[in-house]
Amino acid sequence: MAWEFLTVYWREMIRFVRFRTQLFASLLQPALWMAFFGVAMSSNFNRFTSAIPPPPGVFSVDYLTFMAAGVIAMTTLFTSLFGGISLLFDKNWGLMREMLASPMPRTHIMMGVSLSGMTKSFIQVSIIMAFGLLLGVRFFPGFSPVQIAVSVIGIYAFVGVFSLGFLLFSSTISMRLETPEGLQGIITLLTLPIFFVSNALYPIQAFPPILQALSIYNPLTHLVSGIRYFALGSDFFAVGARYTYTTADVLGSFAYLVAFATVMYFLARRTFQRAVVT
Amino acid sequence: MGGDDIIEVRGLEHVFDGFTAVRGISFTVRKGEIFSFLGPNGAGKSTTINILITLLPLQKGTVRVAGHDVAQEPGRVRESIGIVFQEDVLDRDLTVWETMEFHGRLYSIPRDERRRRIDDLLRVVELDPKRNERTKNLSGGMKRRLQIARGLMTRPKVLFLDEPTQGLDPQTRMRMWEYIRQVNKTGTTIFLTTHYMEEADMLSDRISIIDDGRIIVSGTPDALKNTLGEDVVYLETEDDGKARETLRGVEEVRSIKESPRGLSITISTDGSHCLPRIVERVRGAGIGISSVNLKKPTMDDVFVHYTGRELRDTTG
Ligand SMILES: Nc1ncnc2c1ncn2[C@@H]1O[C@H](COP(=O)(O)OP(=O)(O)OP(=O)(O)O)[C@@H](O)[C@H]1O
Ligand SMILES: [Mg+2]
Repeated sequence: MAWEFLTVYWREMIRFVRFRTQLFASLLQPALWMAFFGVAMSSNFNRFTSAIPPPPGVFSVDYLTFMAAGVIAMTTLFTSLFGGISLLFDKNWGLMREMLASPMPRTHIMMGVSLSGMTKSFIQVSIIMAFGLLLGVRFFPGFSPVQIAVSVIGIYAFVGVFSLGFLLFSSTISMRLETPEGLQGIITLLTLPIFFVSNALYPIQAFPPILQALSIYNPLTHLVSGIRYFALGSDFFAVGARYTYTTADVLGSFAYLVAFATVMYFLARRTFQRAVVT
Repeated sequence: MGGDDIIEVRGLEHVFDGFTAVRGISFTVRKGEIFSFLGPNGAGKSTTINILITLLPLQKGTVRVAGHDVAQEPGRVRESIGIVFQEDVLDRDLTVWETMEFHGRLYSIPRDERRRRIDDLLRVVELDPKRNERTKNLSGGMKRRLQIARGLMTRPKVLFLDEPTQGLDPQTRMRMWEYIRQVNKTGTTIFLTTHYMEEADMLSDRISIIDDGRIIVSGTPDALKNTLGEDVVYLETEDDGKARETLRGVEEVRSIKESPRGLSITISTDGSHCLPRIVERVRGAGIGISSVNLKKPTMDDVFVHYTGRELRDTTG
């Protein structure tokens, strides 16, 4: 086994902690979403939805807790979509040619970059969960410590695979594009539908059929489902809808994300093997 | 193609969407020598290097570097070479030491060995005091030196230097030449591109003049200059007339002109071999010499002779 991707990872992490502004912004941004958007939205949603009582015996989740999973997912999405940008900078102004001319297999470049993007997502997710607790997010209701530990691992597993898929996607585009502005444009274009045609902020049950069908193919929906399953349990009531997840549902979502990441891996690998940077 | 050739290029051609940058060049580089590509902007020097170091795909021709075909075994080629790119390839926000460490790890040099080489090389290129400085804070010359040190870290069989002294002041350039010679003495073959005449002249064992994607002529600097013939010896003596008589009959002397400032003697072959004999002869005849000067054709003359024009943009 060759470990050179750890070298790429090492450098990415040096850069991550070296740029203080960037570092703090990336840590602060999800917290701000929770603090402002979350709190503002939840006071509204809780008013609307309190009119619909939960079915008897079903545990009811407040909006802030419901959308916390969405904020985790959204943050992971943004961070991962932007994760490949360092390749673009490297290509134009950095070490890409050094890496391409070295004997290191090219797949290691994208694996190192992806691993560092994943690490960043894990850090952000941890911050959201910790900060959420302060704001009153009630994850893991009535869970035993062992259940909590398992759930946290489950959430990280979902976040990990999801971010890997989008990091590889981002790496692929970055290697094919000439400018950071191009990447920015594509990301903006993509994030809107991915984010809003998903169950991140509201239930998809109320979507028109077409959007509902689309949201099923949206990886973000599967990430959010996975996080909710691990954070809130397999049967709860929120925003006027009842959520039940079977083990098969969750495994299915996970498999979908793994498949997505696999496809992205092969796309990225092809791009890297053919890349010509002079 | 003896076993001593470390680079063998045959019929190399390269086309960038419709534009032919390299038009069928062939050359060899011998193990242990300093070989230069001398040519103006856009001649195809960097394109050739990029093919040799496997960054550009081989389109036409055969290229072997350090015993491996670039198309068949690019991985092997990469293991055997070091490269200093024409533009700075540095991460502005890594320190000098981190830049070296990153490179060593890319090539999987074991930790202790890697650290030792970094220390040694930073000392050689005199960047030891800057080891914790970020590369963006280095001067242009320091950046070049850092990249040379980096290129040497893996002990390559061939070191490619694409215009290593471009944009450096004359003093720094001379120092750079010193480094390059030092490196070469340790057995590393050097492939160098430049558009500085004196650089090619001073450093190289052999030169190929490249223009418009073609190699126009190759040879040692002296051979190239000597093919132009016309070395001229300027001699000032106590008695020019008598000296002129004495030199009649020296085989290589083509013509002698007398002027108030002395004799100018045109030599048909290599003037530097002929000069001692001229001096001995004049002295032998009891004539004192007050000054001797040998003017050989410069690389500029060679370039103009072969390409029919001045080297464009020689100032860099
Ligand atoms: N990626 C590319 N796409 C299209 N044309 C290119 C590309 N790279 C180089 N060229 C063209 O190929 C020719 C040779 O370029 P090259 O960079 O090899 O020149 P060079 O000898 O290194 O010049 P310089 O001394 O300026 O570095 C030039 O005309 C250049 O415009
Ligand atoms: Mg060039």
